[in-house]
Amino acid sequence: MNGAIKAKHQRLVLVIVALVALIGAGLLAAWALRNQASYFYLPAQIASAPPEPGRAVRLGGMVEAGSLKKEADGITLSFVVGDDKARVPVRFAGIAPDLFKEGSGVVAEGRMGPDGTFVADNLLAKHDEKYVPREMKDMTEAQARQTVEETR
Amino acid sequence: MHGYANPARFLRLAKLLTAPLLIGGGLLAVAVLAWALAAAPAERLQGDSVKILFVHVPTAWLAMGGWSAIAIASLSELVWRHPLAGVAARAVALPGAVFAALCLATGSLWGRPAWGTWWVWDGRLTSMLVLLFLYLAYIALADAATRDGQGQSRIPAIFGLVGAVNIPIIHYSVLWWNSLHQPPSITAGKSEMAAPFLIGLMASTLAFSLLFGGVVLARMRAILADTQAEARLRRRAMNAADV
Repeated sequence: MNGAIKAKHQRLVLVIVALVALIGAGLLAAWALRNQASYFYLPAQIASAPPEPGRAVRLGGMVEAGSLKKEADGITLSFVVGDDKARVPVRFAGIAPDLFKEGSGVVAEGRMGPDGTFVADNLLAKHDEKYVPREMKDMTEAQARQTVEETR
Repeated sequence: MHGYANPARFLRLAKLLTAPLLIGGGLLAVAVLAWALAAAPAERLQGDSVKILFVHVPTAWLAMGGWSAIAIASLSELVWRHPLAGVAARAVALPGAVFAALCLATGSLWGRPAWGTWWVWDGRLTSMLVLLFLYLAYIALADAATRDGQGQSRIPAIFGLVGAVNIPIIHYSVLWWNSLHQPPSITAGKSEMAAPFLIGLMASTLAFSLLFGGVVLARMRAILADTQAEARLRRRAMNAADV
């Protein structure tokens, strides 16, 4: 009986040690990958260490409100992608996804042009984690709550 | 828990629960999905495509929960030699793989209208695909171990524990790394999801969980019956050889 308990404890300790080592290795790997595993660069990263022109990179951030313009040729869009630290002008000729709009997230695939403008050849819309019904979009949170209460 | 180490007692309980779980989960799933299609509100930006949420999110949670269950079962198999742990882990693997595949498929269908792409290699999508491959590997490994006879269940159990490293990676992928996938909408005590979406999501998660549980119990019963039939056949063969 005593021997059985001992073996059980031994196995438990062994498994715990193995798990701690494993989790440590996983965390170290995740930490080492923190740049490589990111899907895009933030505007601040592009501004502080600009990738050489012509290298394919992705830029992700918010489409700055009021910056979206359609150029004279009718298909080229120009806008500014920013975060709270930096802003990068972007040019894109093509069809943008439905959810692409000012004040919303975007991931632009392309390369830095020689003039410091990011030339995108594909745009992906990135939405945030908020899910709001159409009917409630213009309401404040308190109004929305009240509406939900009333319809209950 | 060791009260249910006795397979006979476990089987009685499992037999009682299987049908109610499957029928209850099925009915609730049909009701929630019918509500989602017919009556759930459109999202302010995404419109009607947001309704994929009611399948995509529960399948993602259950695929991750399934591997967590495999990890816990593997731990009790390795440390306490619980006789049903290996059976439970094997039973979870198949529905877990199906749910991971459903999560990836619905996510792809959702990504096209919402993001403008079927697939990207960002942290969340890649780690979820790895989870599907882990499930397939686990199924192959557990089957091979069962064919090789008794005492081999330790190898899939070790694999089940090692694979669990991927679960926190899936969860934190959207927080550690820039990704196209958005961060979680529901965090401890806080939801960025409006009430109709949140309530629908909770109901469909309950429905899919009941179905998952029912399938796991049914599969555990099938695996136990298989083992029993095999043992009986072996005994008969040995008796025949004696005569």
